[in-house]
Amino acid sequence: MATYNTNEFKGGLKIMLDGDPCSIIENEFVKPGKGQAFNRVKIRNLKTGRVLEKTFKSGESVDAADVVELELQYLYNDGELWHFMDNTTFEQYAADANAVADTVKWLKDQDICTVTLWNGNPLIVDAPNFVTLEITETDPGLKGDTSGGGGKPATLETGAVVRVPLFVQTGEIIKVDTRSGEYVSRAKED
Amino acid sequence: MDLNAKLQARARLYEKVRQYFSGEGLTEVFTPLLSFAGNPDPAIKSFETDQGSLGGSVNHAPMYLQTSPEFFMKRLLVLGSGSIFQICPAFRQAETGRFHNPEFAMLEWYRVGYNYFDLMADVSAMIESVTSLKPYVEQISYARLFEPFGLNPHSDSREKIKTAAIQNGINVQTSVELSRDDWLDLFMTHVIEPSFNPDNLVFVYDFPASQASLAKIITDNQGFQVAQRFELYWQGMELANGFTELQDADEQLQRFKQDNKNRERLGLPYMPLDQNFLNALQQGLPECSGVALGLDRLLMVISRADSISDVLVFPVSEV
Repeated sequence: MATYNTNEFKGGLKIMLDGDPCSIIENEFVKPGKGQAFNRVKIRNLKTGRVLEKTFKSGESVDAADVVELELQYLYNDGELWHFMDNTTFEQYAADANAVADTVKWLKDQDICTVTLWNGNPLIVDAPNFVTLEITETDPGLKGDTSGGGGKPATLETGAVVRVPLFVQTGEIIKVDTRSGEYVSRAKED
Repeated sequence: MDLNAKLQARARLYEKVRQYFSGEGLTEVFTPLLSFAGNPDPAIKSFETDQGSLGGSVNHAPMYLQTSPEFFMKRLLVLGSGSIFQICPAFRQAETGRFHNPEFAMLEWYRVGYNYFDLMADVSAMIESVTSLKPYVEQISYARLFEPFGLNPHSDSREKIKTAAIQNGINVQTSVELSRDDWLDLFMTHVIEPSFNPDNLVFVYDFPASQASLAKIITDNQGFQVAQRFELYWQGMELANGFTELQDADEQLQRFKQDNKNRERLGLPYMPLDQNFLNALQQGLPECSGVALGLDRLLMVISRADSISDVLVFPVSEV
């Protein structure tokens, strides 16, 4: 198995920790002038999403995690698994509910998602930063109100609920920032 | 910082340092960077040459780039130099990070007749003089720092310190057993240091005897063996380390031998001892105190830089 020495530690490096794949967020070399050197590391557990602090004795090695990120196209959900395809190799991957997690509410056929694979299997599915989705239901706003003040909830075709300005209506297509879950604009019809 | 500002800041700092010491009557000295003796301290890894250092067809012992100018400067003191200072590069392998570069600038000075408290005052005065800042100065003993955690760093067992460290959130992964001093270091760097007021000059003094390095060891007023050693912290960094210097040649030899024993236990190579330095101690080092200060880190404070590479024109990533 591949290993990394602590002197290779840097943000984004994927290592195994207590059996789980993790990603290094921050690495700080700590060395008192008269003492042992350590690497103090902030790590995200890719399975649980939890962030923890860990200190390694400098010079030691840890196992590398076989983790890669791919841009995959979302195909369909078969009721149990979500299927994705690599548009360059046409290889297909099936993600389970744990991997898809909250991203499910943004998943629309054909969209390109960032999928993190661990040992070849989808571990995390990230939605594109921006998605354009149709509003399937929202209260009709007050006529003539274009101020956008206040807002109202709107249900989207994928099931997500976002706050939209009062003038936006059912059947319209809107652009949403999936990181904040916030309405950005009406999507221009191309 | 742009190139010119970087160059100017360093040049100005060195000028002010020289001004301060010449005003105090210290002589600037220059000593060899290469020596046949390395630093036996197990926590420090020297850069080493191959065996052809003297040329010709005969193999010679390898030479080492200095990790500090301490041994040569003490030989000068024995020879009667009086109080001296030096600005020089120091080299330490495998030390790269936000506060570390394998080659770094060191300011080291020795004051004949000073003890470590006199020297702490001198360090503060030097910093005020070269930075034109007047930071508040705190002095606190190493033991006092551990009191709030119910620990005595001089007498508590390794297990007790380790347990307290873990309780205070220190989460270590290592394949080897950490020593008592390793746990103390972890407690210092992870729990205690971050609590220091970064704007103050914080002098920590009277280290555990096991961390004496080249400092004199005394019995403190509570009966504990402590090293007459201090560390200065400023702006979240360890800036300087000073001692009332050990004069006893036999004890120095024992400490070097102990260092090499520890190296063996850690699987590190044996370091040839500096016999010239030991011989000099036999002839009598005057009572003195000395301190080494990281000039790049001082520049970081002056330039409000986040990383040592911000004050270096050619950090290790660009050489």
